[in-house]
Amino acid sequence: MQTNTNEKKKYNYVKELTKGIIKENPVLCLVLGTCPTLAVTTAASNAIGMGIAATIVLICSNAVISALRKVIPDKVRIPAYITIIAAFVTMVQMVVKAFAPAIDESLGIFLPLIVVNCIILGRAEMYASKNAVFPSILDGLGMGIGFTATLLLMGSIREILGNGTWFGMDLPGNLQIMIFLLPPGGFFVFGMLIALASKLSGKKPPKAGGCAHCPLKGSCSMITEGGKTCEEKAQVEVEASAKGGGEV
Amino acid sequence: MIKALVAVFLAAILTENYVLSKFLGICPFLGVSKKVNTALGMSAAVTFVMVLATAVTYPIYMYLLVPANLSYLETIVFILVIAGLVQLVEIILKKYIPSLYNSLGIYLPLITTNCAVLGVTMLVIEKSGENFGYLHALVNALGAGIGFLVAMVMFAGVRQRLETADIPKSLKGLPITLVAASLVSLSFLGFSGIVENMLY
Repeated sequence: MQTNTNEKKKYNYVKELTKGIIKENPVLCLVLGTCPTLAVTTAASNAIGMGIAATIVLICSNAVISALRKVIPDKVRIPAYITIIAAFVTMVQMVVKAFAPAIDESLGIFLPLIVVNCIILGRAEMYASKNAVFPSILDGLGMGIGFTATLLLMGSIREILGNGTWFGMDLPGNLQIMIFLLPPGGFFVFGMLIALASKLSGKKPPKAGGCAHCPLKGSCSMITEGGKTCEEKAQVEVEASAKGGGEV
Repeated sequence: MIKALVAVFLAAILTENYVLSKFLGICPFLGVSKKVNTALGMSAAVTFVMVLATAVTYPIYMYLLVPANLSYLETIVFILVIAGLVQLVEIILKKYIPSLYNSLGIYLPLITTNCAVLGVTMLVIEKSGENFGYLHALVNALGAGIGFLVAMVMFAGVRQRLETADIPKSLKGLPITLVAASLVSLSFLGFSGIVENMLY
């Protein structure tokens, strides 16, 4: 994964920063970090708290991983990245516990679970491990802003429709459609947002999760010979059995 | 005692389903649920690792981190233990039980970053107390795994039906999958209260 040819690459700093916000939005386009997106967006304030915490971890881990990219041996890079990310998550967790206990309470288990957030490991593997420190920081910041903005949008929709409030303020109309606060509402709003994003951008909606978006696909043993992913292989099997061949 | 264990087990499968009501492990839920076979393999591997990870991390936390006053290291220690454990299981299966490795092995590397596994190990620590000991933690992990399996297999069935359906262009792919997930999750809401009514 580590190449020296990238070193001479010219960076367009503005582009590195803004690509994460719309063009490569980590949640709506790359479909990473779905778990926190669905779980903490019952209120706009939770969404902001989660977004900021993840952004801080993303910037710090991107910077450190990029700085260490020539030191970390290729074979153990994933465990090394996870350790670095976990260290920053623990720090953020301690700071949040000390200064914003209310946010710690409402995010609950999802604050420590930033460790396994695909966005962070994904950016480490796809970007920070191949690029210089400063662009990696910008990349982390951009992706973090994209993540936070999407969480805020979803949190606002769910809070306004489900609770009739926004950031705790009462809104006229007093809508209280409970289902938007419950898990099914989370799945539904997320699905609709992705559909809307693809309608507005004119692109096809992303395929359902899976290997195509998995940050670990480069090191995953599920990718078989010929570069086929598990998904594509399964697809071939399904097609073959549909034809009545049965044999793959 | 047995009643309490059954309650923990059923609650983890039905009312507190990790995928459909706690939003843990959404990535494999959406990614590996296209075929019933792969869904089964993935969930079997997840269940196995969940129970094993809980069996290891619970004593580490209770008898190592708490006495040493290091409980703030929970996150970093747990993720490292899980990563190491997954590697170890992979090596052992490859060497001694190749047939099991062939069916479960390919899913193992994905499990390290599956938030459901880390989530289970951390949630049982949060729940632990006088009425929730080591045995309860293990039963809870097993229930969480089975709950994951139930959700995955059910959803794989739904998705195979979706393959042939006529869907508006913008909804094709992930959006319609999420709407389907929403309906499956809605059906699980119907279980709320069932465990309490059954046992108390």
